Order: sequence, then structure tokens, then C-alpha cells
Amino acid sequence: MSVGDYIRNSQIWKSVFRHPAPTDRRNRVVVMLTNFFLHLHPVSIKQQGIALSYTWCMGGITFFLFLVEAITGVLLMFYYRPTLEWAFYDIQALRDVQTLGIMREIHRWGAHAMVITVWLHMYRVFLTGSYKPPREFNWVIGVLLLVLTLLLSFTGYLLPWDQLAIWAITVGSNMAKATPGLGTEGPGFQLFNTSGYELITNASDAKFLLLGGRFVGEATLNRFYILHCVAIPLVVSGLIAIHFWRVRKDGGISQPL
Amino acid sequence: MLNPHPDLTPSVLVGLGWFYLVIFLMNLLWTIRSFKVDGEYRSGMPKASVWAVYTSILMMLSFYHFTYPVEGFMFSMPVAFKDFFDAYFSNPVLYFFLTIVGLWAMIQFREWWTRPTVAWVLLNCSLIFMTLSLTDYDFRQIVGKPDNVPIVAMLFIVAFFTWIYFSRAVDNDRRIAEGRPLFEQEDNEKVLVWPDLVYTELICMVVLTAVLVFWGIALQAPLEEPASSMKTPNPSKAPWYFLGLQEMLVYFDPWLAGVVLPSIILGGLIAVPYIDFNKTGNGYYTFKQRSFAITTFLFGFMPLWVALIVLGTFLRGPNWNFFGIYEYWDVHKVEAANNVNLSEFFWNGLGLGIPKGAGVGDILLRESPGIILTIVYFAALPPVLGLTVLRKYFVRMGVLRFLVFSNLILWMAILPIKMLLRWAFALKYIVGIPEFFFNI
Repeated sequence: MSVGDYIRNSQIWKSVFRHPAPTDRRNRVVVMLTNFFLHLHPVSIKQQGIALSYTWCMGGITFFLFLVEAITGVLLMFYYRPTLEWAFYDIQALRDVQTLGIMREIHRWGAHAMVITVWLHMYRVFLTGSYKPPREFNWVIGVLLLVLTLLLSFTGYLLPWDQLAIWAITVGSNMAKATPGLGTEGPGFQLFNTSGYELITNASDAKFLLLGGRFVGEATLNRFYILHCVAIPLVVSGLIAIHFWRVRKDGGISQPL
Repeated sequence: MLNPHPDLTPSVLVGLGWFYLVIFLMNLLWTIRSFKVDGEYRSGMPKASVWAVYTSILMMLSFYHFTYPVEGFMFSMPVAFKDFFDAYFSNPVLYFFLTIVGLWAMIQFREWWTRPTVAWVLLNCSLIFMTLSLTDYDFRQIVGKPDNVPIVAMLFIVAFFTWIYFSRAVDNDRRIAEGRPLFEQEDNEKVLVWPDLVYTELICMVVLTAVLVFWGIALQAPLEEPASSMKTPNPSKAPWYFLGLQEMLVYFDPWLAGVVLPSIILGGLIAVPYIDFNKTGNGYYTFKQRSFAITTFLFGFMPLWVALIVLGTFLRGPNWNFFGIYEYWDVHKVEAANNVNLSEFFWNGLGLGIPKGAGVGDILLRESPGIILTIVYFAALPPVLGLTVLRKYFVRMGVLRFLVFSNLILWMAILPIKMLLRWAFALKYIVGIPEFFFNI
């Protein structure tokens, strides 16, 4: 008996993998049903449905990039301190001295790539008409995931705390103060400010809510850090789960009816 | 003028050499493919010989760059062409017009440009154009910014997938016309996910990891000076994926460009499956069966989203002025802007003079032409369209769906409309009530 066979017949191995290696038809079915990571997939699937020239693999790539962002992001969190005193210099140290500083590069390029692959995924889904019944609602979840992907990227943009970061966020968040009704430079906020009582001021409007202050400062850094590392990823994870579940329940990868 | 930039240093030339080497290798593979597939000319010469000559020239070019004779370097974009391009192609009007023409041509000539050889020639043209342009200092400064590299890549990737779409759609449309089964219906047996799908996924993950690591090594993530609220950079730009929205600020106030229009884009995307009543084209590539839906989507995605991002990233410099791709970003460039409100056009045109007074009634009277126009546009136009041009849609959609649909189309159209009005009449606001921040 070879060492390999000995390991595969041990109690430990068998407690993890409940079936022999997927080399014959039966075990290739069983592996899909018993493995947690594989059970997202069906057991069998239409050949043209998984052709790369049909799906472009963009949804899968987006999910993979999300995982890459999560892993590199957690590693970066060990180094990075979201305070005015340290934020910039921690990033600088990641560039200049830290051993695995390349994690920042991978995290940033992965984020850019993820924005693009989300667009391409939607592009493919539109062009193949895959949003049509019965998949309407999954398209809606997809649009929400698009928004959250952009917000993830936007909140992460601030964290290096360099000129590029704060001015990009300043330009972006200046839009918030023009929100109709809720911003001090947008139409309609005066409706809330009648009879001498000012409800919407520059210390209570939509921009203030977004930034935690009247301009991009330490409160903003903290706010964006929490949004970027905890709040939005949690929501995204939930929506991804629903998105995948609905792909299966709505009939799998779309195919001609 | 003295050239203030140290240009075409050895490292730049070696970089360009790598570019040409990649293009050379791509065309080497293409030549082999052409030799196997394309056949011969009437004289008996293989058609691949043309590609062979081109490929060898690329190889020589690549080596020429690697040996960089910095003094008297011969192969760069001619100055005359750059000047011509900057002088005649450097304005947003022509840029937008060309993107629209490009979209029209893309759809109209889809059977022609999706042919592999044509598409390959187009790809080569764009690659050579870009590599030649990279010999220009100012072009390199903007395109070579680490954060802008993904946008350049995105252009080629979007073009590639659009090519896949159109070639498969053209194929399927032909099959439908001839009554043959769709491409997706041929050889469409069920296969086991292990190994047919999980291995594809594994390979994708490995390749992607390699790409990210290589990308991370080759390009350093940008880190500028520490943040300072005192020093405002000029231009100040939002993250690149929002630059289409920032570009809209030229034509609309922040409350529209930054809040209302993005919300409507998202609302419109969400509404898509509920207003598209067309049952065909579900689960396969086609153009003819869904020409309206596809054209509308492509219009929104190509000229109004991707092209505006490119415009905002590469062509907008200090003070958000428009700069040609080879133009130096001069902070002191001045562009005259004497834009006039619709109300001024109207009252002065009638010879009455603009109504004065700060009361609400006075303001409403002053802006009444714009307000009436806006109300007519959003409230009266949908029923009119529904009874005339879009009658077919109205009948099949019902009242509510049609109202949502027509309003979304009208919202989508306001950006091009405002652009045209701005360029043709220097129109500033259709409704201009700065007293209440209500400007359209």
C-alpha cells in the first residue's frame, strides 16, 4: 500500500472527504453534492451554458476578485491605522519597507479590475437577454451589487490619505450637498427651513451625514474605514449569497428556451 | 518653443520595445493561423505572406527600440500629425459626435467588422496608434498614470467583448433567418460540472492571480503627497469610474449631474426587466430580434458612460478645460464661456427685457418659458409619443409601463440635448433659478 493510499484510507482523510476521488461518474456527482464549496454548482450543466465565449466568466471573476479583496484587505488591516497621524505613513511604509507591501498593489488593482468586471458581467447579461423572466429579480440584486461595488471602491479611495484621496472624495462628496431637499446647495432644502427654524444646515445635511463633518477630516476617515472594511462587505456578502442562490433557483445559467 | 521635457529616455524606448515585441508575437500567431486558414492569392502566393512581412517589420521595430539610439531616434509620432490632431480633434463637440458616429457604424457595419481579418486589422491599427502616441511626452504623462492604466485596458477589453457579442449575434441572426438552430442549441448536451466547469474556474483563478501579482509588481499603486486641505490640485478629479458623472457637471448643476441623474440611471437599470416586454432573445446572442433594446443599451454604455469616462480622465485638464491627447496641460489655458440662460434669450428676443424682482411670482414669470418647456417635455411628450411614433410600444406595454419607459428615455436624452444646446446656442440653463439652487 502506497503512502497516498494510506492517507486516503485514514480516518482523518475520510472524515473530511466523504467519498473517493472524483474519477468516475458516480463520484463526480457525489463530490458536487457533498462538498460545501462546490455545492453552489449544479451536478450537471448544459455545455453551451458554460462556454467561455458565452458567459465570459465575468460573474465568477468578479466573485473571485471580491475574495482577493477580502483576503488582501484583512492583511492590510493588520498594518494600517485609520488616523490622521498614521494613515498616510502606514501606506508609505507598505510601499517602502513592509515585506508584503505588494498586498496594497494587488488590493488596488484588484479593486479597479472588479469595477470593470462587474460592468462586463452586466454587459453580458444584458446582451444575452438573461435579465428576462424568470430572472428579473436577480438583475435587480445585481444592480444593487453594482452600486455597492462602486461604494466599496469609493470609500477605499480615501484611506491612503494622500492628495489624490482626499480631493477625489471631496469632489465626490460635494455632490451630496446638492441633494434635493437634503443638501444646503440643492433645490428645496428651504422647505425644511421655514419660520426661522433651520433644519437643514451645513452641519446637518446629506454631505455632513456622509463625511461626519463639514469637510473631509478625521471623522470621515473613520467613517469610510468602517464602511469600507465592515459595513459594506457584510451587506455585499449577503447579497452575493442571495444572487448565487437565485441563479440556481431561477434555472441556472441562461440558455435558449 | 523649447521642449521643456526630457523625452524618449532609454527606459521609455525599452518599454516601447516590449510593446512592439508583444504586438509582434500576437501577429506571429496570427500569421500561422492565416497560413492555415486564409488560403492563397490567384498567383499562388499564400495570403499569410502579407502578414509575414508585417510581422517581420514589427520584430525589427522591437529590436530597434531595444538598442535605443537616443540621438536621432527615428520612429515616433510625426509632429505634424500631432499638431493636426490637437488642432482639429481637440474639442468635446467633435469627440461626442465621433462616438455617436462610431456607435452607428458599429451597428450598421457589424457584418463587416466582425470578420476576423477585419477585426484583427482594426486591433492592430489601434495598438500601433497607441504605441506611436506613447512616444509623445504629454500623452505618456496621462495614459501612463498607474490609475489610468486600467482604463486603457478597459477600452480594449470592452472592444473585445463587443466584438464577441456582434460576431455571435450576426451568426445567430443568420441562423434564425435561414431557419437553422441557434449556435447555443448545437452540441448542447449536458455535461458534468466536475470536471468541465470546476477546472475552467480553477484555471481562471490561477491566471487571474498571476495577472494581479504581475500587475502589482510592474506598477506601483499611486501615493501622492500627504493630504492637505490647503493645496487644491488642479484639476481635482473624482475616482475614475465617476468621471462620466463629473463630466456631466459641465452641462448640469450638481443636483442633477451628481444626484438625480445617477439615481435615474440606477432606477432605469432596475426597471429594465420590467419594461422590456420582448420575450425573444432570452439566453442567446441576437441583434435583430432585440435591436431597440440593444441599441438603447449600447447608446447608454458606449457614448454616455465609457466615452465620458475616457473624456473626463484623459482629455480634461486644469480648470476642466479640454486638452488634445498630445497637448501640454497648461494651467493658464483660457476658454471663453459666455453662456446665456433661456430666459434671457426669450425676454430679450421679444424685446421686453428680463422681468425683475425677487418675489417668487417674479422669478416664476422670468423663468416661465423654461418651466413650460420642461413640463411639456416630461408630461406632454410621453402621451404624444405613445400615440404616434411609439404607438406599438404603448399598445404592448400598457399605461404605467409606457410612462416609466418613455420618461426613462426622455431622461436619457436630456444629456445629449443639453450638450447640443450648449454647443449650438451657448445655452447655460433652461430653467435658471439660482435663488433656490434650481437650475436645469
